[in-house]
Amino acid sequence: MSAANKRPLSPFMIGPYYKPQMTSILSITHRATGAALVAGTLLLVYWLVWAARGPGFYESAQLVLGSMLGQLLLFLWTWALFYHLANGIRHLFWDAGYGFELEQATKSGWWVVWSSIILTFLCWLIAAP
Amino acid sequence: MSIRTPLARVRGLGAAKDGTHHWWLQRVTAVILIPLTLWFVISLLSISHADYAAFQQWLSNPIRAGLMATLLVATFYHASLGMQVIYEDYVRPEGAKVAALLVTQFVLFVLGAISVIAVLKVALGG
Repeated sequence: MSAANKRPLSPFMIGPYYKPQMTSILSITHRATGAALVAGTLLLVYWLVWAARGPGFYESAQLVLGSMLGQLLLFLWTWALFYHLANGIRHLFWDAGYGFELEQATKSGWWVVWSSIILTFLCWLIAAP
Repeated sequence: MSIRTPLARVRGLGAAKDGTHHWWLQRVTAVILIPLTLWFVISLLSISHADYAAFQQWLSNPIRAGLMATLLVATFYHASLGMQVIYEDYVRPEGAKVAALLVTQFVLFVLGAISVIAVLKVALGG
């Protein structure tokens, strides 16, 4: 352990030290949805590989994804995808130097929340058999 | 006054030795993924109830197969860059971080390769 490691660090954002704020909750949710989407790629790979193995396997993958658990996972995946997409676009605007004012960041944050929810329900209404 | 050498300053690569390379590629893949993801979700809506023949027919279009392959490569690259940042922020000690990073990047690379080959196999006739 070098001396550098004993320097004080600011505490982690989640815990008793900081009041939870809308912007910080959205920030950690971006990471959480990102990690969840990485896990979700397993579903995508499963679907594609079973399709590549032939018609019988494809049909069984469709049954698994169409089951209650499959549909629940796909529903959550849809929301995580739209959230990460919308908030990712919000991040790209920040990268370009726009939207840093507190009022703007809060407003764009609510846009992310509501657009992700509305797009998710819209998709599932369209996809309903 | 700076303690950085003139050479380090002119290279502009910082302590991580690769400057903004990681940051930039994360943005490049993010921008590519915006239209590709929207296309993929809209496509899924139209083929979610398709049987194998309809699905194979859909993917046999070379433009769709090419977009799928690009989507998969960009997704797994973006995923790898994103997981790296998460590990660098939260995983200690250093050895565990490196191990987690190596395993994750290897798995994501293999998943990317498998999924692209699966797409090609279906696209070229199932």
